[in-house]
Amino acid sequence: MLLTLTTTHRPATDLGYLLAKHPDRIHSFELPVGAAHVFYPEADEQHCTAALLVDVDPLRLTGEGRGRGRGRTPESFSLGQYVNDRPYAASSLLSSALAKVFRSALRGESRDRPELAAAPIPLQLRVPVLRCRGGANLAARVFAPLGWAVTAAPIPLDETHPQWGESRYVDLTLTGTLRLADALNHLYVLLPVLDDAKHYWVAPDEIDKLLRAGAGWLADHPERAVIVRRYLAHRRALAGEAMARLAAQQLADEPPVDSVAEVEREQAPRQPSLALRRREAVLAALTASGATRVLDLGCGPGALLSALIGDRRYTEIVGTDVSHQALTLAARRLRLDRLPERQRDRVRLWQSALTYRDDRLRGYDAGVLMEVIEHVDPPRLPALEDAVFGHARPATVVVTTPNAEHNVRYEGLGAGQFRHPDHRFEWTRVEFADWVDRVAAAYGYVAEIRGVGDDDSEVGPPTQLAVFRTVGTGTTVGTGTREVAR
Amino acid sequence: MTILDIPELALVALVGVSGSGKSTFAARHFAPSQVLASDAFRAMVADDENDQSASADAFGALHHVAGVRLRRGRLTVVDATNLQPHARAGLVQVAREHDVLPVAIVLDVPEALAWERTQARADRDFDRQVLARMQRDLRRSYGQLAREGFRKVHVLRGVEEIDAAEVRLDKLHNDRRELTGPFDIVGDVHGCRAELEELLARLGFVLHRDDAGRPVDAVHPAGRTAVFVGDLVDRGPDSPGVLRLVMGMVAAGHAICVPGNHEHKLLRKLRGQDVKLTHGLAETMAQLDAEDPAFVTGAATFIDGLASHFVLDGGRLVVAHAGLKEAYHGRASGRVRSFALWGETTGETDEYGLPVRYPWARDYRGAATVVYGHTPTPTPEWINNTLCVDTGCVFGGKLTALRYPERELVAVDAQREWYAPARPLVSAPTRPDTVLDLADVTGRRHLEHAYGTLTVPAENAAAALEVMSRFAVDPGRLVWLPPTMAPCSTSTVEGFLEHPAQAFGDYRSAGVERVVCEEKHMGSRAVVLVEREPGPFGGGVVHTRTGRPFFGPPWDGELLDRVRAAVGTAGLWDELGTDRLLLDCELLPWSAKAGGLIREQYAGVGAAGRAALPAALDALEAAGARGLPVDALRDRMTARRAEIESYSAAYRTYVAPTEGLRGVTLAPFSVLAGAKVTFTDRDHGWHLALADRLCAADPEFFTPTRRQVVELADDAAVTAATDWWLALTGAGGEGMVVKPYAGPAARSARGSLLQPGIKCRGREYLRIIYGPGYTDPAQLAALRRRSLGRKRGLALREHALGLAALDGYAADVPLWRRHALVFAILACESEPVDPRL
Repeated sequence: MLLTLTTTHRPATDLGYLLAKHPDRIHSFELPVGAAHVFYPEADEQHCTAALLVDVDPLRLTGEGRGRGRGRTPESFSLGQYVNDRPYAASSLLSSALAKVFRSALRGESRDRPELAAAPIPLQLRVPVLRCRGGANLAARVFAPLGWAVTAAPIPLDETHPQWGESRYVDLTLTGTLRLADALNHLYVLLPVLDDAKHYWVAPDEIDKLLRAGAGWLADHPERAVIVRRYLAHRRALAGEAMARLAAQQLADEPPVDSVAEVEREQAPRQPSLALRRREAVLAALTASGATRVLDLGCGPGALLSALIGDRRYTEIVGTDVSHQALTLAARRLRLDRLPERQRDRVRLWQSALTYRDDRLRGYDAGVLMEVIEHVDPPRLPALEDAVFGHARPATVVVTTPNAEHNVRYEGLGAGQFRHPDHRFEWTRVEFADWVDRVAAAYGYVAEIRGVGDDDSEVGPPTQLAVFRTVGTGTTVGTGTREVAR
Repeated sequence: MTILDIPELALVALVGVSGSGKSTFAARHFAPSQVLASDAFRAMVADDENDQSASADAFGALHHVAGVRLRRGRLTVVDATNLQPHARAGLVQVAREHDVLPVAIVLDVPEALAWERTQARADRDFDRQVLARMQRDLRRSYGQLAREGFRKVHVLRGVEEIDAAEVRLDKLHNDRRELTGPFDIVGDVHGCRAELEELLARLGFVLHRDDAGRPVDAVHPAGRTAVFVGDLVDRGPDSPGVLRLVMGMVAAGHAICVPGNHEHKLLRKLRGQDVKLTHGLAETMAQLDAEDPAFVTGAATFIDGLASHFVLDGGRLVVAHAGLKEAYHGRASGRVRSFALWGETTGETDEYGLPVRYPWARDYRGAATVVYGHTPTPTPEWINNTLCVDTGCVFGGKLTALRYPERELVAVDAQREWYAPARPLVSAPTRPDTVLDLADVTGRRHLEHAYGTLTVPAENAAAALEVMSRFAVDPGRLVWLPPTMAPCSTSTVEGFLEHPAQAFGDYRSAGVERVVCEEKHMGSRAVVLVEREPGPFGGGVVHTRTGRPFFGPPWDGELLDRVRAAVGTAGLWDELGTDRLLLDCELLPWSAKAGGLIREQYAGVGAAGRAALPAALDALEAAGARGLPVDALRDRMTARRAEIESYSAAYRTYVAPTEGLRGVTLAPFSVLAGAKVTFTDRDHGWHLALADRLCAADPEFFTPTRRQVVELADDAAVTAATDWWLALTGAGGEGMVVKPYAGPAARSARGSLLQPGIKCRGREYLRIIYGPGYTDPAQLAALRRRSLGRKRGLALREHALGLAALDGYAADVPLWRRHALVFAILACESEPVDPRL
């Protein structure tokens, strides 16, 4: 990966003093992942360009050169051990190289030209390959407020396949008149931010590094939230602390003024979200059923579970999901480990799959399938029906699913598109009603269908909900000889 | 000298007043770790072994520890006064919970001596009245011990008798671990003497007959032991004849036998108890009427002496009539006996009025193989390392024996239906075949199949569950998943990480003489199950190597239509006598399925490299023009630019425009199975010939697989194949897969499964796996340290599971059983291995 710094300050070769690297020599440094070289492609009175070339050793990146398991970069950085762009694209590796190679220049110090180091000079920085996550215009959004004229030219993905369009990489050129130290600090912080990855584990001391490098420009940066979050590798706790410390710096200067739009947004009476209304509709159906021992089948990260836990009437609450990760997240969100024992004993989280029978799920008062069935391939639905209505057989089953007819009311949702990429189908009201009738008849339930959300006279409500109740027990109902109590 | 017989596994309660010498006795006859003393437990919980206020807690802890020891099968001795009925009741309960025999040893010494000993101890300060009360309790205890449930009560009176006593540990009747077989385990005979004679003869036993020509013994020349799982009698034509033969074999040491519920009932009848003459007992009684009364008495004695079950072969084999769950192995109690005789019932009855049996075998996770009878099934089926060998001979089925340790089944047909069954013979699981239970696939699972055994860790099963239930096609149509494939041993040929020399060497050292080298198509694996009739469900399925629908509708349907038509044109339906075929294929081009991956990952890296390296070279050129010594750096960057160009060329080879199915082709290379048949035993010449016929039938849609057959001893052929590989990969090909010519299920000379294929990937292709510059000598040297053992083991395990799954499909085994195998293949894929292999 490469970075070039050009100045037209006269004499331009003073750049060598500012960087503390003589223009007529090649300066090489050993880095943990390879080598860094500084050399000058041009160096005369009018123009002087310093190039920083980082030569990454792919073996050291994956730790292979150093024996098993040691010194590996995080998988998120190097895309596991597969081929990756890390040797070519600017990233936190380049920032580390900057910090090592131009240490005094980053601090604004120069033994030979201290007054020049403190003065803005005409500069042009070029990073020929920078992965710009979030699009080329993010580069402009983060650099322009700092006084740079930004050119971020997208690089085509493959010139032999022009129809593939542009890659995620840009050829970045920054032009402006700034202090060299500021310019280097901007790069130091913002290159990894645009790349949105770190080659090392982000520890709390990273906050200090960020605030030090961002001194004088980060606190007022309009994109500081994105910068802080990405720089701190999306670690929420760290980002929160950094933002608080930045806010404190800002308060010292001037009182913050929220944008008008933001204030208005806060004050406008907000319609409760569809997710909330759906949850309330499900809870109302459960309340009406009189259930106390309930199953949340396909509970995900536990949005409904937390509402159930908050209601004392539910003495046993079981959340199931096929995703182990979702259950871990649910346990954390519900703070199960911190609930008092009596509360915690009411809640169980089990990995289970709705296309398999699960003996543990038998004998409950009610089961909820909230926005779940549409994630099951239609040919697998009969297995779900058997497992839930035939085998687990709660006395009440509440099912919600999108109403496909309503999709025309969503802007940006093309015809035939689903609301979620994992949806395997979305049903019209007639399709849902057919399914509900068939399942109820086959398994000895009676069902009732309701809408959730505003009922649009033309296309109906956004969500449809069905409540199934068993028809007694031990009787023969439905299509013939189906045994109800197994 | 008094000998105290104590079962090897028992709970021994010492009973005696303070000062009767219990601790001394325990120390002399038992190891310190076997003795749980109440005093020690009082000290443990309260720091004072005389703190009577701690007694309740101390006994709680003592009972707990006793329970843990008994669960683990350790003899346990309780050193406490045990004079109160409630104290003893607690111990009896602990023993019963763990199905071991409670034994009491009473130490009765004169009160005066006990008082003297007690006074001599500084820490005992109770008065004589307390001791007198203890003595009264002891007297009262005598009559109660047996009634309280102690199966053995030993009473030692006086110091001399106590001092002279010796403890002798007896093995339980069911413990025959020293018998290592080999065994022939025979299913329920039910009076079918003729079939039994035939079966024994087929097993190689030589029958001995008495003067009347009746068989009274059978001897195996190789010293094999017959094992009878019970239900020798009732329903059939000659129960006395069967008894005579089996009793003779047992008496001569040529057989062992456990009782069945029918023997149990017969014994009660013979003892004059009121037993209904149903389920074929009437026939037996009538047959016995014709026998000598001495024979009948002998039969009753024989049955009475049978142990409920046997633990054999060092604990690796358990035989019981109705099976036995793990917690009951080698235990003795009423409920163990009852389980062994009748099994566990759910309390429900089925539509024929018979009790519904709890499928204990489905929950069985023990290491010991359990063989049993009791429930007739059409064909014996292994369930979690258990096997029911009752194949309903008396109902007109078969009489079956399991050869152990060979695990082979030997069966003879019934001569006729001797007795009409109350319900039709069905396999043990009676649930609908399409329904799967979570318990079939989750948790840590031990799988035993015809090609080996495997333990699936719980976390791998959990990961597979998510993939299977969220993304895979209907398990009914997920017949098989392709096993992962190991690369050849790492090459030492200069510049190569993989080279044919090693691929051939790997098979040569496995004793393979002839291999086939198949061109490795660089596309996406596609498994095609195509049915002759399109049918309501699309007439088949096409899925990826992880079981996902390939493209999804409607293209998968179109693809199946093309395959169906070609199979028809080639005339394979009739020729193979099947209405469905399972094909293993590669779908081309790679970009058809993996376009996103190619663009996101491979092309992106290429774009970054092709932009970065020229920029670096420009800067270096300029610096060089200024006279700076950049030559070394420039050469390095020039080499890197060449590498990134080679890399870009490598992935571009596998990109071709497609639209829908237009531009897509299928390269079949194995025909795995059809209706009720597998083709894994056919050689690859056969498989490829069929693939060629599909290509001929529809050359536009099918791509042929180029191949070379190589005799590994023929150096010229090896060289030719190597050149062929160099040409193939030089032209951008991915490489080749080398397979034993004998076919997918090929075995080595020693009989073990061979790797079904070893991949040997091209030098250029590997750039998209190991990185553009992997051919750099330093990188290559580091990469050569790659380790293949894990990958090979995984490949072989998955291959074995796949073969078993195919057999299961052909044999129409219940879905849950073959699904468990396919599921396990997916679970194996969660095993962490280097993804570049």
